[in-house]
Amino acid sequence: MAKVQLKNLEKVYGNAFKAVHGINLEIDDGEFMVFVGPSGCAKSTTLRMVAGLEEISGGEVVIGDRRVNELPPGKRSIAMVFQNYALYPHMKVRGNLAFGLKIAGKPKAEIDAAIERVARILEIEPLLDRLPKQLSGGQAQRVALGRALIKKPGVFLFDEPLSNLDAKLRASMRVRITDLHRQLKAEGLSSTVIYVTHDQTEAMTMGDRICVMQAGHIMQVATPKELYERPANLFVAGFIGSPEMNLIDAKLDGSSFSVGSQSLPIGPHLEGRLSARPAEAVVGTRPQHLSLVADGPAFTAKLANAEFMGHEVYLHADLEGRRVVSVVGAADFETLGRSETIRLRPDLERLHIFDKTDGRNVSL
Amino acid sequence: MTDLTFNDRQAMRRARLSLISTAIRYILLCVVGFVMLYPLIWLVGASFKTNSEIFAGAGFLPENPTADGYIKGWQTSTPYTFGRFFWNSFLIILPKVIGTAISCTLAAYAFARFDFPLKKILFGSVIAILLLPNVVTRIPQYILFRDLGWLDSFLPLWVPSALAGDAFFVFMLVQFLRSLPTDMEEAARVDGANSLQTLIYIVVPMLAPALISVCLFQFMWTMNDFLGPLIYLSSVDKYPVSLALKLSIDTTEAFEWNRILAMSVLTIAPALIVFFAAQRYFIEGISSGGIKG
Repeated sequence: MAKVQLKNLEKVYGNAFKAVHGINLEIDDGEFMVFVGPSGCAKSTTLRMVAGLEEISGGEVVIGDRRVNELPPGKRSIAMVFQNYALYPHMKVRGNLAFGLKIAGKPKAEIDAAIERVARILEIEPLLDRLPKQLSGGQAQRVALGRALIKKPGVFLFDEPLSNLDAKLRASMRVRITDLHRQLKAEGLSSTVIYVTHDQTEAMTMGDRICVMQAGHIMQVATPKELYERPANLFVAGFIGSPEMNLIDAKLDGSSFSVGSQSLPIGPHLEGRLSARPAEAVVGTRPQHLSLVADGPAFTAKLANAEFMGHEVYLHADLEGRRVVSVVGAADFETLGRSETIRLRPDLERLHIFDKTDGRNVSL
Repeated sequence: MTDLTFNDRQAMRRARLSLISTAIRYILLCVVGFVMLYPLIWLVGASFKTNSEIFAGAGFLPENPTADGYIKGWQTSTPYTFGRFFWNSFLIILPKVIGTAISCTLAAYAFARFDFPLKKILFGSVIAILLLPNVVTRIPQYILFRDLGWLDSFLPLWVPSALAGDAFFVFMLVQFLRSLPTDMEEAARVDGANSLQTLIYIVVPMLAPALISVCLFQFMWTMNDFLGPLIYLSSVDKYPVSLALKLSIDTTEAFEWNRILAMSVLTIAPALIVFFAAQRYFIEGISSGGIKG
């Protein structure tokens, strides 16, 4: 069992700067948990506290059923893949893979067998006698992965492992890592993963659940689908999704909401979801849910720019002085988007309303 | 057609100018290099001259080359041959270099990678010692070693170095370590290595260029050290080559210059050989900003 629990976890640096503000999180055995957030949100610091590379200022980390706060990294049943691979430059690939097992005092035959197994899984057999400097970025990343895999740890920790790779390689490594996770799970091996990234594509495609962080706080923990469809607050709404969600200041008046001088009816579906009616509100609609229409209730906006992306077009428009983005099909654009003034209708069933004062989503 | 010819002429002119400029640069470099190296060349040449010929001119080629200086110089005016003094130098240098490498690495690793109470004050002291002239500490050190009964032994020459007494080396290694990324050490800790294992298996191999520089510096400075052995060693049978050279000047009434010069050549030979053999690491070690991440 390699369930990971963070209980009131805090990190305070020597200069009294509080980086992590008492976070609580439970990661199930075998779960692929992604920490995502902008630079400086303390996602890596949290990971390093789990690893034992960063001192814990308050709270506790529990791996399995052991409190590991005082244990050195080597005794926490973890393995870690670093951003810049951190391969030992003076050791060949074989030596890099074997190092952890040698330190653990395993017999040579067992080490050799483990190297063979891992090299086969990761297809790095031809690289075993090369030095790290003779490897390409992708190969080095696979060796780093192998070094983690060979230990059969309870928890895998990944600290932005793909950020040094080019886009194409990153996409293939993403698939490789998720495949590997599934394979380990199928083999009945413990395979809890905590994966840190700032790339939301990685987060959305890889994670069973995603933990969105900002400035040392957890903003929301949910499955990728839930994060996308039901963001708990303005930060998550703005951070997850590409292109970004349109967040527009609005006012709720009776049965309608207004943006500048234009207003639209709230409708029974949205009305039913509202848990509060904030005086100052922000409405959020994803560009994909803001459609181009010919008639009916809609906002009128001035088309500023159109980006042709192939099968769809990103329309940038000015709505009452605010820039909004709409993603429309290329055919719709041809019929309706060729004029200076366009009509945009948000999908009210997927519209979000946030309280501007605390950023909370009041339409869940 | 005319343009092409003009361009061709221009290109030829440029090529000629570049050739002349290169030739002038090389000639200048050769001349300056020769002037700088001349004393060394003269030393080697003069060691094969007869005593009367040495001061007869500034030329370095001996008219009647003789190995007399080497043969008689090697015998020395003491009961021991020069080989004995080389052996003594070796006995001083080897433990000193090993002690320096081990102790300075440990001290630098601690300063560069760990937080401990009074770290800043202690590191400040290392820098302060670096700025302190050696001479200032000679007398207290002498009294200390006398009280410990270590006079006329190699201990006063070995022990300070084995306790990271050379602040310069500690400082140099700390700077080098600071330029190395810590990821590899963290990876080793995750792999289960303790601090000492991380130091031995991961840090020391990465530190190798700087460590080689430290060993070379210590080797050359110890080989050339005159004052240390002069103060602490009183028995001729323990003298290193630096003292033995001086001995051959003191004990002979009319100096046999060719013997002195011949032994000088032998004395500088090991340092030169070691330097040229390890030149690549030496330069890498003192100029490197660590490895790329």
